[in-house]
Amino acid sequence: MSLLTVDKLTKSFGGLTAVSNVSMHIDKGELVGLIGPNGAGKTTLFNLLTGVYVPTSGSIKLDVDGRLKELGGLKPYNVTKEGLARTFQNIRLFKDLTVLDNVRIAMHQNIKYQLPSALLHFNKFHNEEDVLLEEAERLLDIFHLSHKKNELAKNLPYGEQRHLEIARALATKPYLLLRDDPAAGMNPHETAALTQIISWIRKEFNLTILLIEHDMSLVMKICERIYVLDYGMLIASGKPEEIRTNKKVIEAYLGEDVSNA
Amino acid sequence: MRALTKKNLLILLSILLTFAIAQGLITVGIINSFYEITIATICINIILAASLNLVTGFTGQFSLGHAGFMSIGAYVCALITMRMNSTAGFLLGVLAGAIAATLVGILVGIPTLRLRGDYLAIATLGMAEIIRVLFLNMDITNGAAGLNGIPRFANWTWLFFFTAAAIILINNFLKSSHGRACISIREDEIAAESMGINTTKYKVMAFAIGAFFAGAAGALYASYFYFLKPDLFGFLKSIDILVIVVLGGMGSLTGSVIAAAALAILTTFLQSFTAIRMIVYAALLVLVMIFRPQGIMGTKEINDLFKFRKKIRE
Repeated sequence: MSLLTVDKLTKSFGGLTAVSNVSMHIDKGELVGLIGPNGAGKTTLFNLLTGVYVPTSGSIKLDVDGRLKELGGLKPYNVTKEGLARTFQNIRLFKDLTVLDNVRIAMHQNIKYQLPSALLHFNKFHNEEDVLLEEAERLLDIFHLSHKKNELAKNLPYGEQRHLEIARALATKPYLLLRDDPAAGMNPHETAALTQIISWIRKEFNLTILLIEHDMSLVMKICERIYVLDYGMLIASGKPEEIRTNKKVIEAYLGEDVSNA
Repeated sequence: MRALTKKNLLILLSILLTFAIAQGLITVGIINSFYEITIATICINIILAASLNLVTGFTGQFSLGHAGFMSIGAYVCALITMRMNSTAGFLLGVLAGAIAATLVGILVGIPTLRLRGDYLAIATLGMAEIIRVLFLNMDITNGAAGLNGIPRFANWTWLFFFTAAAIILINNFLKSSHGRACISIREDEIAAESMGINTTKYKVMAFAIGAFFAGAAGALYASYFYFLKPDLFGFLKSIDILVIVVLGGMGSLTGSVIAAAALAILTTFLQSFTAIRMIVYAALLVLVMIFRPQGIMGTKEINDLFKFRKKIRE
């Protein structure tokens, strides 16, 4: 059973069709890659899946405990509540807030106390905040950030900011994690460490992951299946070795072979 | 209940101490009745600035309509105490004024908080003007002549404890998950939405709480100064409140308290120099903004300063 089923998804901005008739599916527990040349529509597809854009047509269905839930047209915060979390291409942490608050904000949807408790700090407030703090610290521990929990996010080194962004996404308790270009700006050493973390959190948190990635060696190494977008259309899908030799993919990335012309 | 923690006792103690010192100075006569008006102004301005700071400094929604909410609280409280001339009537008036302002805040907030930045500022400005013009043309508010002889119940003691309560409630809110949700909107609205925060809901919530306390401050104003007219709540009043917030630091309640006190004292002091009063006032604001654009406190609170000291000692 697929966790996420995308059917004939299309998004047009005026005359420009950024995503055209894309159908894809992601099974539970899979690690799927989404690649394509610059401007192929990868991030637009991400924004459609996470509710930032409303699809022009087509459907996005998420399997929530056996029930199919339509995500198209939901607001981003409702998509997150259904169990889809994302990280951004250009890290979007809450820069002027502490590491701890970054994670706690992502846990807000678990909070049950209401406005009166928030204003008057009743017992209910203290009990829930204690649990929240404990969970947040456990999550920060996993990413070796707990000793920096009171630092401002903007003061962390780049690699740790990337880690904090993953921790924050995981704090929303997702089934499916969408990661936009996680290795951007990393050196080979950091990318190797990232590869380990991705496979580790996948096991540890029982996650399904969809990855947009430009680093081909990373994609080929860790992804089980790959979708290739070009000019908003799906031009290929399959196992890494199939994609590597796919003629259309090579054309999209390197241009048409002149000797064949 | 965890109300009796060491920290809360310390807060209660410092509130009572502040009150005792000020009360002592009044009793001895160092603070005479002329300066008492300054203290009342400080209290009212603290509530106004703290509540606007919640909307503009913490939630990042630029509002220019705070005087509008203040005027609703003022007129509602005045009309109630004029018919119910008792302390109970006064308290009911403050509560009713604050709630009326909240309701208007929610009503106005839901459509306008979809706008961002400049557009929101213009929409809230328009809202405040509409409220002012309504009060100017209604019979019950006595139009441009205003309301005279409002029973005077608010004294310095009431003002002090209302101010302390407002600060504590707003601070509590900011330290809650709801408050963090509001702050995350200021930091990055798109990221906040992807983390599951219903941004419209929390913007309206911050706006409504801000309106509530602005309404309460207006009610206290009406009861203390016992005279109201629509002109008092024009565009310039909103700007005055905004100046306190920006000067103290967008995102610092401590800053709002300090700036409200500093500006009120400065205004009182400058009253002896009528000719150059506004020049000095404006020049000081310009200087502070040049040398400290983040405001007196930035986003720091008073307890951050203590933490900083502890860090150095370690």
